[in-house]
Amino acid sequence: MNSFAPILPEILLLAIGLLILLVEPFWKREQRRNLGWLTAGGLVLSMVVCLLVGRPGEPVMALGGMVRFDWLGFFFKMLFLAASAATALFMMDVEKLNRRGEAYLLLLASTMGMTLMASSANLVMLYLAIETTSIPLYVLAGFMLEDKASTEAGFKYLLFGALTSTVMLYGFSLLYGFTGTTDIYKLAAMFQAGQLSMGVIVGVIFLLVVGLGFKVSIVPFHFWAPDVYEGSPTPIAGFLSTASKAAGFAVLARLFVVAFPNLASSWATILAVLSAITMTVGNLLAIRQSNIKRLLAYSSVAHAGYALIGVAAASRLGVASVVFYLIAYIVTNLAAFGIVVAYARVSGSDEIAAYDGLSRRSPGLALALLVAFLSLAGMPPFGGFIAKVLVFAAAVESGLVWLAVVGIVNAIIGLYYYLVVLKHVYLFRNEAAESQPLPVTRPYMIALVALSIGVILVGTVFAPWFGLSDAAALNLF
Amino acid sequence: MNFPVLSVIVFTPMVAAVAILLMPAEKRNETRSLALAAATGALILSTWMYVTYLVNGLTGYQFVEEYNWLPALGMRLIFGVDGMSAPLVLLTGIVMFTGVLISWGIDDEHAPTGIQDRPREFFAFLFILASGVFGVFASLDLFMLFFFYEIAVFPMYLLIAIWGWVKTREYAAMKLTLYLFIGSVISLIGALAMYFKAGFNSFDMRLLEQANFPADFQIAWFLPVFFGFAVLGGIWPFHNWSPDGHVAAPTAVSMFHAGVLMKLGAFAALRVGIMLLPEGAKYWSWLIMTFAAIAVVYGAYIAFVQTDFKYMVGFSSVSHMGLVMLGFSTLNKQGLLGSGVQMFSHGVMTALFFAVVGMVYDRAHTREIPELGGMGKILPFASIGFIIGGLVSMGMPGFSGFIAEFPIFLGVWGRQWLVAVIASISIVITAAYIMRNIRMVFFGNMPEKFEGHISALTVLDKVAIVTLCAFMIGIGLFPSLMVPMVQTGVDNILRLLGGA
Repeated sequence: MNSFAPILPEILLLAIGLLILLVEPFWKREQRRNLGWLTAGGLVLSMVVCLLVGRPGEPVMALGGMVRFDWLGFFFKMLFLAASAATALFMMDVEKLNRRGEAYLLLLASTMGMTLMASSANLVMLYLAIETTSIPLYVLAGFMLEDKASTEAGFKYLLFGALTSTVMLYGFSLLYGFTGTTDIYKLAAMFQAGQLSMGVIVGVIFLLVVGLGFKVSIVPFHFWAPDVYEGSPTPIAGFLSTASKAAGFAVLARLFVVAFPNLASSWATILAVLSAITMTVGNLLAIRQSNIKRLLAYSSVAHAGYALIGVAAASRLGVASVVFYLIAYIVTNLAAFGIVVAYARVSGSDEIAAYDGLSRRSPGLALALLVAFLSLAGMPPFGGFIAKVLVFAAAVESGLVWLAVVGIVNAIIGLYYYLVVLKHVYLFRNEAAESQPLPVTRPYMIALVALSIGVILVGTVFAPWFGLSDAAALNLF
Repeated sequence: MNFPVLSVIVFTPMVAAVAILLMPAEKRNETRSLALAAATGALILSTWMYVTYLVNGLTGYQFVEEYNWLPALGMRLIFGVDGMSAPLVLLTGIVMFTGVLISWGIDDEHAPTGIQDRPREFFAFLFILASGVFGVFASLDLFMLFFFYEIAVFPMYLLIAIWGWVKTREYAAMKLTLYLFIGSVISLIGALAMYFKAGFNSFDMRLLEQANFPADFQIAWFLPVFFGFAVLGGIWPFHNWSPDGHVAAPTAVSMFHAGVLMKLGAFAALRVGIMLLPEGAKYWSWLIMTFAAIAVVYGAYIAFVQTDFKYMVGFSSVSHMGLVMLGFSTLNKQGLLGSGVQMFSHGVMTALFFAVVGMVYDRAHTREIPELGGMGKILPFASIGFIIGGLVSMGMPGFSGFIAEFPIFLGVWGRQWLVAVIASISIVITAAYIMRNIRMVFFGNMPEKFEGHISALTVLDKVAIVTLCAFMIGIGLFPSLMVPMVQTGVDNILRLLGGA
């Protein structure tokens, strides 16, 4: 059993995927919506199994040095499984997506790629994992074949993704060319011994930032995000903006903190500047949006900037704060997208103006939106507050007070546009729609209640979450 | 003594808010009853806490409770009150109780009063706000103070934007929320700087008080920390969110806002700014004194020229909160003592003012002072309440305002007599606008259009007015109910300031 423990989540994901392929042909079309229950249930069960028997101890290299079995990887894997389960529930009542076994299978395949990304200790493995993550997502983004916007989203995502992934692969090949190894930890040892010239390292860092910057949508590699989020099926957009982004951060933290620790001053400055630009551009562009998916897209760009503060701080508290930020962000943003899915199913529109009168029509859904958006804005007692405080604290600790100040200015801009949405929900009237019922189906109900409670739990009882984040960070140092 | 009274006080409104949200929307009166029960409970507990502190002649931090929250970073949930904060906890209990009474709202009546639209959401948000306020006053942990401070900020937006005055609510709510959020996050950076500089791995303010930060660090960080909080205290020139906010807010929220929230800002500025960075406070006290003196006179003058009843009260708050800041800036015994009492006294007084304004507006549907008149005939309780509040506001002996303002002026005189002279002009202006207002709104002839349209006050309104007046007269006649207690809090501050 122990030798399988490092890839236990992947094995279980594969098993669920196979099970779906197996049962799909035997189920009638009407029954196939239940594949969502199967996927989500399987994922939750997998989490339980992994937590019971698959916990890491001391960090070990496994599978011939391809993956490193440590808390950082394990922790992110659990996050991805949870995000994937919520996404599967959100897919269940989206027409043309909900009865297709391959949609759930692609989701699982992509999740498997992410789990491998989080634990890869080898550049070859890392590249394969990134592609395993991306390719199913290209397909899912363009899944609505009759819908022009969705096709466009899939194609755009593919083009951007392929380009940046090539650039990153070029960076990997340079690294291999100069060092003769693809093992990240051996590379780190060589860097620390000073066997490589500065110019090469900076060049490689640049290429890596391009590749990973695309995944986590750092400015100036963010252009795809709004169009892709707007066009893709909403649950997939939610998955892209949370799990996929977190996977990018897992790699970013591991690569930078492990491989280039003694160069912290140079790359940390680059990342700090990128972080400041990303936050500012994301927030400023979000103000002008009238479509809630585009607003969330730009807000998710801004959130990548906040999380990057922690990476730029290049300290134990820094990495712990990134991990914590991602926990809070994933839970919150999945809830936000889930509400969009649930509401658009009834209203048929993603315009912010369509949210007028929501609180009179469905106080429960409005309250969930309040929780999610205030958490995004960084208000207690929701998860976003403590997450922001931690990244700002990491910045102050590392002497980056200016970055914390930029973060604060951005938090204020952010609060503004989140409040504008709440104004539509709570204040504005839409007499015609208010009297109509707003049914929230069971999968949405379960997912939204769980996520809302999660947002509040992360924001109030934060010691266990921080303990895990810190354990993940500690393994890196 | 082991009963965790403070955490029960802090979390009662929060729990009540959740319970209220879980109630069905159509059970309007049940929702209101639950709200009133929770508010009464919080008032009884905070009164009990206050009386225990007073009667036993306690000093220092009392009723201390400590819970681990995030030990890795030294964030702990520490509650405790001293002579400065105990009156403010009581004040919050009073305002919460009266605020619920005022907002009760009776359905199916020709002249609807209180909150008619979605009372469930209203009370839930109001109580989340109350929880945050209680939390700030009771927190001894710097991080938790911020946590509760922010909890107190965001419900304001919804409360004003949804239930506020239609004409300005969107603008005022956004302005207020952004102003306060900016202030608090700026202070937060200062607090983080203090945390790392002290190196105790603890946010415990009792420890940080002993940190002895280097003088240049204190001087550099004092301004952002103090002013970040003082924004909420309505300090000039960062005050202009407050009259707009007060006017746009529904009655109970204005009461909370001017009565309690502004004290929150002043109190946090005192506790975090002055008490943790005493050298910085000494260095910058001239600046605070200047700003505060301007606020006192300017606020009073602007209040004087208002024709809108509610704007007048709003600007009078700027003026009175200026007195609190003025007392802080003296950094001496009399000034701080006066500020401590003034925070309580002004809180009760302004809550009463806004309650009366709300009662008049609900019935007359206008707040233009020249259009009103003769209200005293039909609303005798409201006019007596307003007159008592007015006397407090003018600093008349026998009322709590005198107990508060006299020491402040004494303290200021001790530092800089000229400022005291200038600031005292405000007393004259205040007397002028209060008297004029009493004459124009409550006496004289009632305009014909109001004849027969003005309904009498409800029992709940009367209970609220009597409660508020009782505290103001009680403190005024028996200063020993509050002054010795505040004195113990002041002694602690003076000790930190090096016995200045």
